[in-house]
Amino acid sequence: MNVLFFGITKDIVGGSEISISDVAKPLNVAGLKKRLIDSYPEFSKLNSLAVAVNNEYADDNVILTGNEEIAIIPPVSGG
Amino acid sequence: MKKVIEIVNVIDTTKVYAELSDPNSGGICVFIGAVREFTNNEEVTALEFETYKTMALKEMEKIADSALKKWSLNKVIMRHAVGEKGVEEPVVVVGASSAHRDACFEACRFLIDTLKETVPIWKKEKFKNKTVWVSAHP
Repeated sequence: MNVLFFGITKDIVGGSEISISDVAKPLNVAGLKKRLIDSYPEFSKLNSLAVAVNNEYADDNVILTGNEEIAIIPPVSGG
Repeated sequence: MKKVIEIVNVIDTTKVYAELSDPNSGGICVFIGAVREFTNNEEVTALEFETYKTMALKEMEKIADSALKKWSLNKVIMRHAVGEKGVEEPVVVVGASSAHRDACFEACRFLIDTLKETVPIWKKEKFKNKTVWVSAHP
């Protein structure tokens, strides 16, 4: 499954998109966050970590199939 | 056009009056956010903005729609800039026009406050010797 990264998370993973393959299925949003924190401990130091599925904020229990557009949303700071 | 929602490279603040002006509006309220030179006594050389554009536009639409539901507004505008911006450059413009001033004052505050909470836009502060993603860490 492909995951998009923005802001500080892009710096942490070293790119704007990565492919994650070795995940236990079914995977939900909480599982993806845990997987990312395991691989990149820096994620656990952020003020917040949200996931967007198809351009909408997604709750932890949303199931991911890999066909969605998945994006990692670190603390926003527009304005 | 009742709503203007945009993410642009450069903000032209001179056109906002014409965009919000309306025969039924006796009040127009605009908030412009700009780059400030100092953060906690440290000199900022520039701010760099990036966005998840498709989602950001969607979130901005939602905010404008809620404002249009909450208050009786004739026009609403939300425009954010991306890229590197220097001191005093405008980075965001939001505004509303309404028959009387109360509605547009309240709506304008709601537009900018909610944008800052939910819209996926990120800013990096550039100082002389370092860069910092704003709000990323406690």
